[in-house]
Amino acid sequence: MPESPMPHAPTPESTQPTRPTRRAFTLASLSVAALATASACAKSDRDSGGSGESSSSGGSEVDTFVFGGSADPDSLDPAFASDGETFRISRQIFEGLVSTKPGTTELAPGLATKWTQSQDGLSYTFTLQQGVKFSNGKPFDAAAVVANFERWYNLRGLAQGEDLAYYYRSIFRGFKTNDDPALTTSLYAGSTANSDGTVTVNLTTPFAGFLASMTLPAFGMQETGAVEAGGGNGTDGKDPRQSAYATTGPVGTGPFVFSAWERGQQLTLKRNDAYWGDKAKVATAIVRFISDGTARRQALQNGDIDGYDLVAPADVATLKGADFQVQNRPAFNILYLGINQAFPGLGDLKVRQAIAHAIDKDAVVKNSLPEGTKAATQFVPDNVIGYNKDVTTYAYDPDTAKKLLAEAGQANLSIKFNYPTGVSRPYMPNPETIYKAISSQLTAVGIQITPVAEQWNPNYLGTVQGGADHGVHLLGWTGDYNDPDNFIGVFFGAQTNEWGFNDPGLFDALAKARTVTSEDAQTSAYEDINEQIMTLLPGIPIASPVPSLAFAAGVSGYTASPVQDEVWNTVAVSKDS
Amino acid sequence: MSALDAVGTTAEPDAEPTGEAGLGPWAAAWRRLRRNPSGIVGAVIVLLFVLVAVLAPVLAPYRPATGQWFGEVTPTSVPGPSAEHVLGLDSFGSDLLTQLLYGARSSLVIGVVSTAVGLAVGAVLGILAGGLGGWVDTVIMRIVDVLLSIPSLLLAVSVAALLGRNAVSIMLAISAAQVPIFARLLRASLLAQRGQDYVVALRSLGLRRRRIVVGHMLPNALGPVLVQATLVLATAVIEVAALSFLGLGAADPAVAEWGRMLVTAQGRLEQAPQLAVYPGLAIAVTALGFTLLGEALREALDPRSDR
Amino acid sequence: MLTLIVRRLGLLVLVLFGLSILLFAWVRALPGDPARALLGQKATPAGIAEVTARYGFDKPVWQQYLTYLGRLVRGDFGASINTGQPVLSTFTERFPATIELSVAALLLAVVVGVPLGYVAARRRGGLLDNLAVGGSLLGVVVPVFFLAVLLKYVLSIWLGWFPTSGRQDARIDATHVTGFYVLDGLLTREWDASWDALKHLVLPALALGSIPLAIIVRITRASVLEVLSEDHVRTAQAKGLARSVISRRHILRNALLPVSTTLGLQAGALLSGAVLTETVFSINGIGSYLFDAVNQLDYPVLQGFILFIALVYALVNLVVDVSYGLIDPRVRVS
Repeated sequence: MPESPMPHAPTPESTQPTRPTRRAFTLASLSVAALATASACAKSDRDSGGSGESSSSGGSEVDTFVFGGSADPDSLDPAFASDGETFRISRQIFEGLVSTKPGTTELAPGLATKWTQSQDGLSYTFTLQQGVKFSNGKPFDAAAVVANFERWYNLRGLAQGEDLAYYYRSIFRGFKTNDDPALTTSLYAGSTANSDGTVTVNLTTPFAGFLASMTLPAFGMQETGAVEAGGGNGTDGKDPRQSAYATTGPVGTGPFVFSAWERGQQLTLKRNDAYWGDKAKVATAIVRFISDGTARRQALQNGDIDGYDLVAPADVATLKGADFQVQNRPAFNILYLGINQAFPGLGDLKVRQAIAHAIDKDAVVKNSLPEGTKAATQFVPDNVIGYNKDVTTYAYDPDTAKKLLAEAGQANLSIKFNYPTGVSRPYMPNPETIYKAISSQLTAVGIQITPVAEQWNPNYLGTVQGGADHGVHLLGWTGDYNDPDNFIGVFFGAQTNEWGFNDPGLFDALAKARTVTSEDAQTSAYEDINEQIMTLLPGIPIASPVPSLAFAAGVSGYTASPVQDEVWNTVAVSKDS
Repeated sequence: MSALDAVGTTAEPDAEPTGEAGLGPWAAAWRRLRRNPSGIVGAVIVLLFVLVAVLAPVLAPYRPATGQWFGEVTPTSVPGPSAEHVLGLDSFGSDLLTQLLYGARSSLVIGVVSTAVGLAVGAVLGILAGGLGGWVDTVIMRIVDVLLSIPSLLLAVSVAALLGRNAVSIMLAISAAQVPIFARLLRASLLAQRGQDYVVALRSLGLRRRRIVVGHMLPNALGPVLVQATLVLATAVIEVAALSFLGLGAADPAVAEWGRMLVTAQGRLEQAPQLAVYPGLAIAVTALGFTLLGEALREALDPRSDR
Repeated sequence: MLTLIVRRLGLLVLVLFGLSILLFAWVRALPGDPARALLGQKATPAGIAEVTARYGFDKPVWQQYLTYLGRLVRGDFGASINTGQPVLSTFTERFPATIELSVAALLLAVVVGVPLGYVAARRRGGLLDNLAVGGSLLGVVVPVFFLAVLLKYVLSIWLGWFPTSGRQDARIDATHVTGFYVLDGLLTREWDASWDALKHLVLPALALGSIPLAIIVRITRASVLEVLSEDHVRTAQAKGLARSVISRRHILRNALLPVSTTLGLQAGALLSGAVLTETVFSINGIGSYLFDAVNQLDYPVLQGFILFIALVYALVNLVVDVSYGLIDPRVRVS
């Protein structure tokens, strides 16, 4: 800010030689005009690989697909990532053994064409796709699969950290040598490349969600030779995400290869012409980083990008009205009001029930969530195994809420309400609006709210998950793969600071259900657990918001996936000339 | 002669060449001020602003930031003007007119407090430096130089980052940037006066240094300080908006504060532009008022403006 | 002349020294463990141990400060908590974008502001004069980010004349040599890339330049008015000499000195404006870098930023003072 808008002008008394501005002005405007003319007429001196045009009826095919991402990826190595932006890009470069049917959570062949599971659930054998090569020419075979599993298993030091190997830790629970005291025995018991070209992976205990977890982008197959050469294992004590491999040299089998990364601006991918499957329809895919949701929408409207993710609920109608395509991702997430039972008053079940009755979920959905969102009755969305149709519900009833509060002796309950700012998640598009909706409902039954707003990054998660000083809070979860353990196992598998309660019965039930091997047994086990949870009411599940993507009219072939398994080789862009 | 024309000029053809001879400096300044149309406009705006801020509880139809009509707001629409709500609602379901009126209050409080704190601390530093001289002066001025070398927004940000997201930290953050300005101002004024005849005369009479400074030099410095304070108030209102934009404002997003309202309104610019226009206009007009007034004060207090 | 430069450089060093102490104290004053503060969200026991060892948090304070100073001198300004990238290298990567934008904004302000202020002063009281003064007042009181949003909305979304964000169209496969995209296009003779970059600069430059423009208009106008009312000019007019004879050049020359002084003062204000403008237009300069750092309380970045900016700011002011001294001999003597 200027100190003062109007500093005094000193009075010079002698004439000083200075460049006449008039001449400079004329010069400037002439050169701008020259530039404009030159660009319009002259041929550029570089080879035009960017926008080759081939005409077809109705419009011309464009060779580039520009997608609006919300932030730079953490790195280009998905093994050390947990954020959607890194995965969005890694899904184009890397592939896993197992994939999903487009638009669903159903398993489908990936780099493995078929698989068998042993009776005891302790080993899985994968038959691999033939003739696949990594982008650096090395072959993808059973040995490569083993190399990948062994790479993860042998990670040491910083690379084992929760902020790095997050998914490996959450699925496999431990490494060969655990450097972090929080880790236990690994689920992984070794793997072998069989003589017939198949690969067998062995586990120490059965894990019902193993196959589904192999669809995670963190387990994409990488060329371990390149990883090692590029310092991608963190063996030198440095952060593997800053290694040459993870910043400029990722090597995978996918339909795109990494080309260039201009931090803060965009990341460029080029078609992999040696891809074993359907080659990409566009020659170049670019992810443009635009952090503000409104700015992304404006960029789409202006033609600067061809599509973007996480459309704000308010923008859906605007875009549809202007002939843009809006695709809904099938909801695979849950938004909840977390309750910290360590906070005074919230440890009482009656109080939690009162809160449940005070909330009008339909009103919250109508006021703050996208169209098509369904209110939630339990902590898993309705398309996950173990969803219980007949679970105990708590209807919107402010009078009952007040009665329960009075019965609990908490008619004047005063609680903290933590919510994040500066963020938009698929399950929580506009936290401030959602906070407002819920807090006014709580105030209406006499609960006094003290708002605590924190920036998502770095403080919010640290407060609501890292400590005990919070009351009720807004949070949620997008499922990574189709397994209820990925939801309620994550939330309630052990005592945490977030929920503040200790219920060994529930923890044991969840641990046991994790190891069940047949789908029927899994279903009934988890249905029971969901009922158990909704009776104990550690929190209030609110809804499963429907996130959407928006595309320009000329984009085709993009199928939204509930687990964001979206590979762009099927995407074609055409522009009306 | 139009009102705007008078601002920024140094020659007033209508000024009487000798008519001010009998008046003291303050009365003469007041006279000049009265004659300055843009100064009057500025003063009126400032007066209106202060009145609205003070009388907000009386003027406003409802309580602020209640969000009680949140049910009428959807992600795609915000209710506009109606019988119960003269200007409609804001995106959190509070009455927009009430929010605007109470926003004047927060702006006034933040502006006044931060300027007062900046002035107080800066003046102390400046007086010590200018009055005591010597190594005290050098040390203090080096500290001021350090503070000045950091752009004010960054300074405000550093302070706010330290103290968290609340009203007090905002006020301190903004005043931090003003301290060096006032320090320099006071010091310059004291130094300029030190050489003047009357000071020499008073010293030779045996008056203690402190008496001279407090009793005589400070009142003479009051003029420029007043001008600077007024101008700084203008920027304080704008800086609060900028800090809110950076995410350092108060915790409750529905709070009645113009900067915050402006920032939140950006998401709904196409649906409900009035949510941005009103607070934006309010900020601009208030800052304008203080700026006009400050500049008119400067013109009025500057004896050179009689030519 | 030389003594002036040497003295100012000496002062600069002193100021930076003082700043480093202040910044060091600042991080230590943050609530909680400094290692945790530096690591933020990603604090793990292993990470904390590593950072504590690297920065020496377990050693006595004065030793810590010396380590800190030593790292600074070697150019190690720390690494961002968020991206892990070293602060200094990110600065140098992103600085050209901000410079390009600032230069464009200042150019706009001078090229439009000086003639406007001049004409407004020559035709005092006229419509143009009133518009200029009124407009410049507005330029100062409307918050920069609001102006940026309005410009974007009207000129880009509604009218579609300009792109909404970024520095260059993603689909143009441009070669970048210096980091100044307009210049790069010219150097590599990719005219369309240069033109495209220029189009992307217009709106942000307009928004960022609004305050300098307003100030320059007013200063030029005031300056020109002062010169016009100077005795010898009045005498010439009284004698009946045509206004055109009273050299425009003479008046302009005198008006430009205060303008150039202001340009130096604007450096700091430009940075604040750049933070807001770059964020609205998604330009990856140091302004948006600071914005992200503030949002995420990325302390190493904030620290390094303040030092870096103070250095730049002080150097710019030194250059301005020196050139002022070169132009006006009286200043050298004082």
